[in-house]
Amino acid sequence: MIPSSWYLILSALLFAMGVVGFLIKRNLITVFMSIELMLNAVNLSFVTFAHEWHAVKGQIFVFFVMVVAAAEAAVGLAIIIAIFRSRATLNVDQIDLMKL
Amino acid sequence: MHLALFLIFAIFCLGGAINLLLQTHPINSALSLIVVMSSLAVLYLLLGAEFLAIAQIIVYAGAVMVLFTFVVMLLNVGEEEKTHGSKIAKAVGFPAVAVILGVIATIILQAQKQLGHVSLSDGITTTQELSRVLFHDLLLPFELTSVLILVAILGAVALARKEGHS
Repeated sequence: MIPSSWYLILSALLFAMGVVGFLIKRNLITVFMSIELMLNAVNLSFVTFAHEWHAVKGQIFVFFVMVVAAAEAAVGLAIIIAIFRSRATLNVDQIDLMKL
Repeated sequence: MHLALFLIFAIFCLGGAINLLLQTHPINSALSLIVVMSSLAVLYLLLGAEFLAIAQIIVYAGAVMVLFTFVVMLLNVGEEEKTHGSKIAKAVGFPAVAVILGVIATIILQAQKQLGHVSLSDGITTTQELSRVLFHDLLLPFELTSVLILVAILGAVALARKEGHS
């Protein structure tokens, strides 16, 4: 038997690692993976709170997040392929056309 | 038992996430992300979410990560180039991460007394209960996600198609 807060702390740590990865990684695909890591961390929080309050709808929300994340991954990876085709690089520092 | 399982898979989770940050080759990062997602599935099972645990393995560790590794192999990505990156991101980003993590941790630790405990005897949310809510109360959002997925498929095909063939 362990406190629910441990799960929440784990989720916060995973989310922070996702943000750090988003900041330090220079490869477009790895940056995208960091975003998936953040989504997963939030899902863990949802499941913990659903367990805490015996709310089935919390788990349904995770289900919807998974569906949207799968759709997002498909579109995002297609965009990455399109970028690679036109620029022949995946380094985020060289894909800076829209940067101020 | 629960404590041991939680600790083992929490360490797997954090180790995978750290490995994702440390590896320079994208395929190694993708494999460590699979470790993170599979251990999260076990944690979901510990929290009594059996359907989500299986969906996590099938959808995330299976489908999404296969897509990732497929793209890594398709584009033949090499080692990550070490460029300096944005100074603002490092100057503002890391303190911001530290502050957010600190705030969340303090709030959770303060609320720890009101939060309950998790144990193996809590029972699981069956797929039956889940589907009753999903197909009864939330039928419209469920149908909307199918439209979303259809749009996403079309968008992915349109984006990834070679230009000039159209």
